[in-house]
Amino acid sequence: MERVAIVGASMTPFGDREGEWLRDLLAEAGADCLDDAGVDADAVDHLYVSNMASGELEGQTGVPNMLAHDLAAQPAYTARIDQTSSSGGAGIYAAWQSVASGASETTLLVGGEKMTHKTTGEATDVIASLTHPAEYKHGVTLPSFAGLTARLYLDEYDAPRESLGKVAVKNHENGVDNPKAQFRKAVDLDTVLESPIVADPLRLYDFCPITDGSAAMLFCPESVAREITDEYVVVSGVAGATDTHVVHERPDPTTMRGVVESSRQAYEMADREPEDIEFAELHDMFTILEFLQFEDLGFAEKGEGWKAIEEGRTERDGDLPINTSGGLKSKGHPLGASGVAQAVEVYEQLLGEAGDRQLDDPEIGLACNVGGFGNCVTTTILETPEAE
Amino acid sequence: MSDQQSDPEMTAYRYPDGSITYPGHPYGPGGEEPVGTVDLSEHTAEVVTWTTSTATPPGVRQPNHLAIVEFDVDGVPVRALGQLEKENVDIGDTVEPFHVEELRDPETGIREPESQDWDGFRFRPVE
Repeated sequence: MERVAIVGASMTPFGDREGEWLRDLLAEAGADCLDDAGVDADAVDHLYVSNMASGELEGQTGVPNMLAHDLAAQPAYTARIDQTSSSGGAGIYAAWQSVASGASETTLLVGGEKMTHKTTGEATDVIASLTHPAEYKHGVTLPSFAGLTARLYLDEYDAPRESLGKVAVKNHENGVDNPKAQFRKAVDLDTVLESPIVADPLRLYDFCPITDGSAAMLFCPESVAREITDEYVVVSGVAGATDTHVVHERPDPTTMRGVVESSRQAYEMADREPEDIEFAELHDMFTILEFLQFEDLGFAEKGEGWKAIEEGRTERDGDLPINTSGGLKSKGHPLGASGVAQAVEVYEQLLGEAGDRQLDDPEIGLACNVGGFGNCVTTTILETPEAE
Repeated sequence: MSDQQSDPEMTAYRYPDGSITYPGHPYGPGGEEPVGTVDLSEHTAEVVTWTTSTATPPGVRQPNHLAIVEFDVDGVPVRALGQLEKENVDIGDTVEPFHVEELRDPETGIREPESQDWDGFRFRPVE
């Protein structure tokens, strides 16, 4: 089977995009991506939009068709990919499938969400609507799942509370060098540890913000990519998996089986091992999630993930840099866009286009996009064409 | 929201392999349909973990104390998530469920009020 390539990528500035709505954001990222690839809109066969809640947040449905018209991409086939916070990763999987199957020769994926016009409580409730009725009626939110899990993790593995704070410090520091990040401001550990409690033991700086933004990627067969450009990456592995809908039914709440299973399949597809991954974008919606994914992706033994931040391994100059983009924590988390934006960072790092946060000639990177509290997960491995 | 003792059951489902889940599901492990129910309100449980959430959505008490607890039903572990009466527990503490008529205001959240029930069980320490 011919490999699937990514020949273009883009990302709008993330943050409070006052006066701009989902339609504007998607069109901006989609047009920028086509421009980056040097491909006309009428060449697009399939157009996917990763989005969680445009109807609930903005009262706008039918978004893929709207975008196809705004980009003049009709009669492209369109579909909306909703997998809550992992809609972007699921979109990558769908885009890869469309090209790998031969159904499409050129697939444009655009992820986006408009959120900042809602109060924090309203936005939190829209996100919490993914929970089971038995959870929702108790007022459970995704941040409260993080608090529950963080307390258990710290207790079970004797990890210091400060290690979670250091994740926030690292990712904010990386975000300073990302011109499109929502927060380009470094924070120190004391600030993190003294910020207001949101879900005990986690505090404000342990959480990502509410964000507007969009990101896009263009997929095609590698043979087509070679005709278009010398600057492309290949999707060597991609897979998705689920865990229980009811979070408390998991035997071990500190293990995300969706991460374990999706990465196992992605590694197998790419013929890679965790040791082959040179850097990764992880879904740090909450600082605790960086530890859980780090372990469940096979980068550390269970209960040892927190030691990586203490040892500096996940810093930009460490042996396995994590979230060079600033992560969701600093870059922002526009739900449907985040999984795509993670892959955009991997793409830019592989092509040497990451500016001041550029790593030293990486060839293999991974993105892990988590929906719910690990309810559904997509893991993607991208490589340079010549990666060994 | 009014608290009151009443007779409602905290119904968990038992499956052919002996496992029990709360809430129940139409199909359990191996795709098997449930074979019976268990009323967890008659049991005590141990706190697995807890949190206090200060950023609560519309219609939810603030702060909202929550816990995951584990029941032991004749040697079978069954976990549940629920509100705590107060922030006065720690991991490993023993708690008991008590019924509450309305856990959050159904009229102010995004979910259709008629789509689910809104009563349930909170947990409090066993004296």
